[in-house]
Amino acid sequence: MTDDLDALLARTESDLASAADLRGLDAVRVAALGKSGALTTLLKGLGAVPADQRKERGAALNALKQRLEAAIESRRAVLEEAALDARLAAERVDVTLPARPAPSGAIHPISRTIEELTAIFGAMGFRVVEGPDIEGDWYNFAALNIPDHHPARQDQDTFYLPGTIEGRRTVLRTQTSPLQIRTMISQEPPIRVIAPGRTYRSDHDATHSPMFHQVEGLVIDRFITLGHLKGCLTDFLRAFFGIGDLPVRFRSSYFPFTEPSMEVDIGWNRKTGELGGGGDWLEILGSGMVHPRVLANCGLDAREWQGFAFGMGIERITMLKHGMADLRPFFEGDVRWLKHYGSNPLAPATLHEGM
Amino acid sequence: MKFPLSWLREFLDTSATLDEITTTLSAIGIEVEGVENPAEALGEFRIARVVEAVQHPNADRLRALRVDLGDGRELSVVCGAPNARTGMVGVAALPGAFIPGTGITLKPGEIRGVKSEAMMLSSREMGLGDDHSGIVELPEDAPVGTRYVDYAGLDDPIIEVKVTPNRGDALSVRGVARDLAAAGLGTLKPWHAAKVEPRFETPLRWEIADPQACLWALGRTVRGVRNGPSPQWLQDRLTAAGLRPISALVDVTNWFTIALGRPLHVFDVQKVKGDVLTMRFARPGEELVALNGKTYALTEEDGIIADAAGPESLGGIIGGEHSGCDETTTEVFIECALFDPVRIALSGRRHGIFTDARSRNERGLDPALMREALEGATRMIQDLCGGEASTVTEAGAEPDWRRTATLRFERVAGLGGLDLPADEAVSRLERLGFAVESRDAASVTVQVPSWRNDIAAPIVLDQDPKLDPARARKAAEGCAAVEAECDLVEEVLRLGGLDAVPSVSLPVSSVVPAPSLDAKQARASLARRVLAARGLLECVTYGFTARDVAARFGEVPDSLRLENPIASDLDQMRPTPLATLALAAAANAARGFPDVALGELGGGYRDTSPAGQLAMACGLRAGRTPASWAAPARSVDALDAKGDAMAVLEALSVPMAALQVTADAPGHYHPGRSGVVRQGPKTVLAQFGQLHPRLCAALDLPEGAVAFEVFLDAVPEPKRRRKAAPELSTFQPVRRDFAFLVDEGVPAEKLLRAAQNADKTLIAEVVLFDRYAGDKLPEGKVSLAIQVVLQPRERTLTDAEIEAAGQKVVGAVGKATGAQLRA
Repeated sequence: MTDDLDALLARTESDLASAADLRGLDAVRVAALGKSGALTTLLKGLGAVPADQRKERGAALNALKQRLEAAIESRRAVLEEAALDARLAAERVDVTLPARPAPSGAIHPISRTIEELTAIFGAMGFRVVEGPDIEGDWYNFAALNIPDHHPARQDQDTFYLPGTIEGRRTVLRTQTSPLQIRTMISQEPPIRVIAPGRTYRSDHDATHSPMFHQVEGLVIDRFITLGHLKGCLTDFLRAFFGIGDLPVRFRSSYFPFTEPSMEVDIGWNRKTGELGGGGDWLEILGSGMVHPRVLANCGLDAREWQGFAFGMGIERITMLKHGMADLRPFFEGDVRWLKHYGSNPLAPATLHEGM
Repeated sequence: MKFPLSWLREFLDTSATLDEITTTLSAIGIEVEGVENPAEALGEFRIARVVEAVQHPNADRLRALRVDLGDGRELSVVCGAPNARTGMVGVAALPGAFIPGTGITLKPGEIRGVKSEAMMLSSREMGLGDDHSGIVELPEDAPVGTRYVDYAGLDDPIIEVKVTPNRGDALSVRGVARDLAAAGLGTLKPWHAAKVEPRFETPLRWEIADPQACLWALGRTVRGVRNGPSPQWLQDRLTAAGLRPISALVDVTNWFTIALGRPLHVFDVQKVKGDVLTMRFARPGEELVALNGKTYALTEEDGIIADAAGPESLGGIIGGEHSGCDETTTEVFIECALFDPVRIALSGRRHGIFTDARSRNERGLDPALMREALEGATRMIQDLCGGEASTVTEAGAEPDWRRTATLRFERVAGLGGLDLPADEAVSRLERLGFAVESRDAASVTVQVPSWRNDIAAPIVLDQDPKLDPARARKAAEGCAAVEAECDLVEEVLRLGGLDAVPSVSLPVSSVVPAPSLDAKQARASLARRVLAARGLLECVTYGFTARDVAARFGEVPDSLRLENPIASDLDQMRPTPLATLALAAAANAARGFPDVALGELGGGYRDTSPAGQLAMACGLRAGRTPASWAAPARSVDALDAKGDAMAVLEALSVPMAALQVTADAPGHYHPGRSGVVRQGPKTVLAQFGQLHPRLCAALDLPEGAVAFEVFLDAVPEPKRRRKAAPELSTFQPVRRDFAFLVDEGVPAEKLLRAAQNADKTLIAEVVLFDRYAGDKLPEGKVSLAIQVVLQPRERTLTDAEIEAAGQKVVGAVGKATGAQLRA
């Protein structure tokens, strides 16, 4: 390469190094490679070069052109990177600003518990059935072997509405047991259903609300025994409370619609309220083998079909599971309570995600 | 029922501990509700003698005592009791002792210059009664220094049990003892009463005018009695059982009620008019002044005991004041009768009377005990009050209570889930008093004891009237065939405790269970989650509310008004959950939280039929959106509520394009800011809008609150069709914006629909992106700006085709709405 070319290369490289930004870079490029740039001028003058040197001179100019182009591009990359860095350095937000408000609703604890019940009993093959809050006496009492004079009626202070349903007094259901009846008269066995829902009794104090929720369960098949009742409820209680070895005790009792009847207790610590150990017992639900009269009232032959039924208070098991002390706020709609105890709608109770 | 352990031991010979007794009772179906030992509270109190009692030097009403505690100490005690005197023996508490009657722990003190180092106690201070007229006075020979509870026999735990409605026999100390003995905790001591020889003809006799009023009545007179306080042992028994001792004659009847479960009544013969006591039904207008001091207006369904003057007793429930016994009674007539339990239950409930007699009579009594109980009562009255007994008068007849029941041994396992040797099953029944009538390899037939009216009882069915008659008959036969056997299985099982039955998990009917929820239930769950995900806090509020509140939200038919509301503001079934949600929102506002978003899924009641009880999803937003630096808070508006309603419908797969919104929402909404979402002309899926300002003012809701109601039952079940493959065009869509000037009364939906339908193949989407109304526009006009998305399918559109599509949109919109393209 000849001296004039070396000088051009050196001058251009030096100019590139001192180009501070992309505009400066462009000026250097134009000065070297533009229409009237130094190298362009030399290329234009190639025709004047003697023929024997022209080939050599041409090759040298082309080599120089490639070097200059490479040098410019390389410098461009550096300057572009610097320019981006400078822009980003100037672009800042206060990342500690709060995010834009998003909706924050919640599912009521009663609905949550019903979801959990459904998931657990669902795994055992139960279907959910529902029925009306306003019931006829026959469904709520008479069909369940609770005739009008029965002492058990005293325990269930009933709300009455005027008029009759199917010839019997109209009541607000005091229990979800009418769903046993509605299921047995509308479906042939085998039956496995739970019936969660609202119930009403004329009772109002710290531990009673005139409206509350129960879940009823009914299993009818040919060979269902009291052993299955015990197994099913033990399986449920341990899954629901998440305590694999939760002590469960069955005590003989009496309900008009079951025989044998039993109350079910779970182990807890009376002083701390902790479930599981502690040596004390807490009554949690009532159950029994479906009474032959109830089967007969629904048209089932007790020589062919037998099974068990149970019922429990949804608020009660919810309060126990979550250590909630007071029943009343369940129905007051206080937004502070709902936010505190409500659950995430995007995390419904499922067995596979865990509860 | 409460009774002290010592009373139980009167009937049960056992070495079992208290703990074993209570555990066994609970296991066999007699639930122990509590055990209380008075000795625990009184154990520190000791018998003390007042060595000297003198007037307090500085107080008129106080005395200064020196008290001997029997351990060599003599303490100074200041005492205000008027009966404190030298030489008397009483009960003393020392500093540090807790005084149950006052709730105070005793401290040594000085009262007006005299030291008080102990306290002499009254009955009330010991928690043993109401007597506070003076300190307790014990006989002079009471052993000074001894614990008072030992002296008074108070170290006697009181067991309280809850007896189930089927077990009339267990509502007695002897019944409890019998069950314990059967469960292996000792042996039942026999109770027998020898016959008392009659000395004269009874001056009163029974007459049963109506066999439904009374089945069987026995009675006799004892004359020459002296009535007064009963002896201490009897008073202690009754007090421990929670009864108030009244007089010897009355206390005897109460002893039989609690000890044997055999209520009795005593009449003062002198006060009875005439010589006949009649069991009959009351007549219109008759009244009874009962022993509790209350007057009851009797009905023709109340069985009563009447003399010549009228009702003297509500038989089997409560006696009358007029003919009751008191200290002046010298001639007493003992009633021992058997009533129809159903009638007792209904009468008792009708009048709201809860007595020990009623709770036993309505469960049913042991008919075989009648005669012996009367003899025993006669004897006890003679023992306590003297006198001589008359002949026994009798009316009616002993009902036939003898029945048998058969147990096939395999049913203990087949129903009860327990493998139990036949011998053990039979042995358990025998221990409970069942007598074996016959037995073979497969079954045993037993006679039911007289006191177990709950076993093999007459079957009363109340079958579904809609059942096919043949099916109903077969079902009834099935019940008759197995019910008594179920009774026996229960007896055999409970006696061994149900813990003995092995637990068996339910066999799976299918390894992968079918869904638990049907489509409708699953959609309700989804609606619940959609609303919560949109920021609504789910509430559960009462299904009833105040009638005037309910009336603001819809119809309030009388058929949905409670006959016996628990409170006057909870008397009407709500027409919509919105009614009670509004109250919850108002309550939050009153607590200082006016900005709320609440939701509820629940019933809205139109009538009492199942179809008239609607499943609804409702929500209410009040106040302002959340404050934020990023976007200013604004008041909620009707379209927030519309958004909630539409989100639910969309999640439930409603074909949204087919819905119309009309502006005719019901009266609880603002008439100009509310809408009804319809699918077709008849089906209303939802309504929404701003709540009426008058309603907000009446309920103290923040004005501007908005709400929606979705009628879940009306939402059609989505068609289960497999989706067609989507059309994923390879050509880019073209977007064109149009601004229309339109009369402000034109619904936006009409304009959008016209644009959408202008070219059904080419127009993929129409979006309203601006609405402007203001002074730059002619009066009464608004500007609606839409973006139309044209989606070519086969090739890129030419400019001419795009222009043509635009013309179609302008033309269609103009034709439908009169809108003109803005210049």
